[in-house]
Amino acid sequence: MAYITCEDLTLGYDGSVVTEHINFQVNQGDYLYIIGENGAGKSTLIKALLHLMEPIQGEVVTGDGLKPYEIGYLPQQTVVQKDFPASVWEIVLSGTLAKRGWKPFYTKQEKQCVRENMEKMAVWDLRKECYRNLSGGQQQRVLLARALCATTKLLLLDEPVTGLDPKVTAEFYQLLQELNQSGITIIMVSHDMQAAAAYASHILHIEKDTTFYGTKSQYQKSEAWKAFQYTAGGAAHE
Amino acid sequence: MNNIIESLQYYMQYPFVQYALIVGTLIALCSSLLGVTLVLKRFSFIGDGLSHVAFGAMAIASVINLTNDTLLVMVITVVAAVLLLRTGQNTKIQGDAAIAMLSVGSLAVGYLLLNLFSTSTNIAGDVCSTLFGATSILTLTKSEVWICVIMSVVVVVLFCVLYNKIFAVTFDETFAKATGIPADRYNLLIAIVTAIIIVLAMNLVGSLLISALVIFPALSAMQVIQNFKGVVIYSAVISVVCAVLGIVLSILFSTPVGSTIVVANIVVFAINMLVSKLTRG
Repeated sequence: MAYITCEDLTLGYDGSVVTEHINFQVNQGDYLYIIGENGAGKSTLIKALLHLMEPIQGEVVTGDGLKPYEIGYLPQQTVVQKDFPASVWEIVLSGTLAKRGWKPFYTKQEKQCVRENMEKMAVWDLRKECYRNLSGGQQQRVLLARALCATTKLLLLDEPVTGLDPKVTAEFYQLLQELNQSGITIIMVSHDMQAAAAYASHILHIEKDTTFYGTKSQYQKSEAWKAFQYTAGGAAHE
Repeated sequence: MNNIIESLQYYMQYPFVQYALIVGTLIALCSSLLGVTLVLKRFSFIGDGLSHVAFGAMAIASVINLTNDTLLVMVITVVAAVLLLRTGQNTKIQGDAAIAMLSVGSLAVGYLLLNLFSTSTNIAGDVCSTLFGATSILTLTKSEVWICVIMSVVVVVLFCVLYNKIFAVTFDETFAKATGIPADRYNLLIAIVTAIIIVLAMNLVGSLLISALVIFPALSAMQVIQNFKGVVIYSAVISVVCAVLGIVLSILFSTPVGSTIVVANIVVFAINMLVSKLTRG
């Protein structure tokens, strides 16, 4: 059984449909790119995957040992976080909260886990720094460390490289690839077709009326890819 | 200087001064703890809105001649807090507009009711003391002090036990929800506790100035401290010091208690802002 299975999913708000007929699977070790134009329903799908909203029809089924709340989420930056006075340590520590139920304070074990993840993401030296003073790339690595404290199975990233410069973006992709190779499943929501072509194992392309799901090589032979290439290429030449 | 200390000692003998200091310190402590979360969640104005609702509720209580109006006022304010939180998620009326509406609406209705039905001969005086807390902190009864002590202990204990979760929900609500933390329940709790603190704080600074108690200590602390725990602790210290200072000064110089406390907070804020400007170059 797959980590996540979606069969004929219909999503929307208050009965009005945003997107429908979504079928896909996420298996352990996959690197799934979810692409599509703005308004096609990518963020709605994220909410459904995170169990923040109920689908109108169909179901998000988790399996293969993945519990519904074991998805490590890397959200887009909110306004609140821009001037939030929190140290890097405090933020990564909050990632362990979900696993511990009602116990009010952190244990030594949890702090150890936080330290390991911070070292893995090379943010341990920044632990006393204030989050709002970090660079964009550092902030993303901090949030990645937090997500890794919440789960060791599946990461869901929402446009993580927005606003990062090319060098930092490349480093970030490299980091994700290493995590993926170490066995962590990744779902990436992105506009970046080049990165999708370079890193993805599977691709889910959402459009208003049609969606495509398959492996990367299947996708590159499909109509959706050609159409997207055409529009993306056209935009780049203008 | 000796003069001042002597007259302080003289005033300290009176139970009403002791009560005022106890209640002032506790309310300042609670409001500053909540304040950090409210300011960071962009809910600074919820305090203002709720305090006006409390004013309206108090007007109703005095019109129907309740002797102990705290309970009614508290219930109405808590309900308003819960409703405000709900409208925040509804898109038809935006959160800030809903607060503004409720805020001025209850102020107007409250004043109208007092004018139409009040049996008191000094309506202007009553209204003024509810809005600016003129003397009510110096006329506290023993039972009011006890209510305040118990409520404050509950708030402080709740805050300490839930501290880590409150941090998670404040910093990143979506992530918290995604990992299974019932963020909505914590938001509800924060709204209810805010309402309770505001009703209690009306005695101290009056309903117009409550926002100051909630906002200023948190903002002052955020100027100079770079981590959440530090901000919470420092803002609690600022708030308590300003409250005690304000009460003492107001007794010594016969100034209005509420405004004196708020002015103390403003001065501290200015100092912190200056320090932050200087240290960061």
